Amino acid sequence: MQEERYQKLKDIVQTYLPDDVAVEAIQPESNFTQELNINSANLVDIVLDVEDAFDIMLENEDMDGMQTVKDALKIIDLKIAAK
Amino acid sequence: MMTLDQIIRCLPYSEPFLFVDELIQLDESSAEGTYVFKEDSSFYKGHFKDLPVTPGVILTECCAQIGLVCLGIYLLQKQIRANEDKIPQIAMSSSEMEFYLPVFPNDKVRVVSEKVYFRFGKLKCRVKLFNSDGELVCKGIVAGMFKQKNDEN
Repeated sequence: MQEERYQKLKDIVQTYLPDDVAVEAIQPESNFTQELNINSANLVDIVLDVEDAFDIMLENEDMDGMQTVKDALKIIDLKIAAK
Repeated sequence: MMTLDQIIRCLPYSEPFLFVDELIQLDESSAEGTYVFKEDSSFYKGHFKDLPVTPGVILTECCAQIGLVCLGIYLLQKQIRANEDKIPQIAMSSSEMEFYLPVFPNDKVRVVSEKVYFRFGKLKCRVKLFNSDGELVCKGIVAGMFKQKNDEN
């Protein structure tokens, strides 16, 4: 289940990676903006895709706490559990 | 509620890079405004050397100032008021435009914008620009980020 969510998130993140960042760079500890070079506008797109893919709604606070891939997974788990 | 004139005064642009003359209407999901491209604008001296035509980037900018920035200020007016009338920092994040007709000096264009979404500070809009004959000059999708200056990060 966890692995499935991680894979789904990775697939979403992958579409927003800049050309100079390899897919292999996406790791649980990766920081979206600092390490994966994703800009703040694309980070919003990732959140919107995550909402669709997992059928959840995120709030501004969730966005603020979403620094790394692991942070995003934690928020996804919480939102799914709260459904 | 801010008036349409107040919103124009809030814009963080001035000559020679202000491309909004008049706002016709603004609501939660759309914006409409006009601009006349003055023939003495410096870009006409070089675009093109012997034939002044408004550059596509300038048309895109006009679409973004009316369709994105004016709409964003309208949508954020409560926060702007609460923040001593300080307007947010604004950055265009993407634009994808298609162009159909040239715009010559002194033409009055009209921009119509429809909100696609405004979430987490990102406003994305479908924009269309028409010439004074009502013909479609260009259309596309523009997006930008709005960030309050007192935000910590």
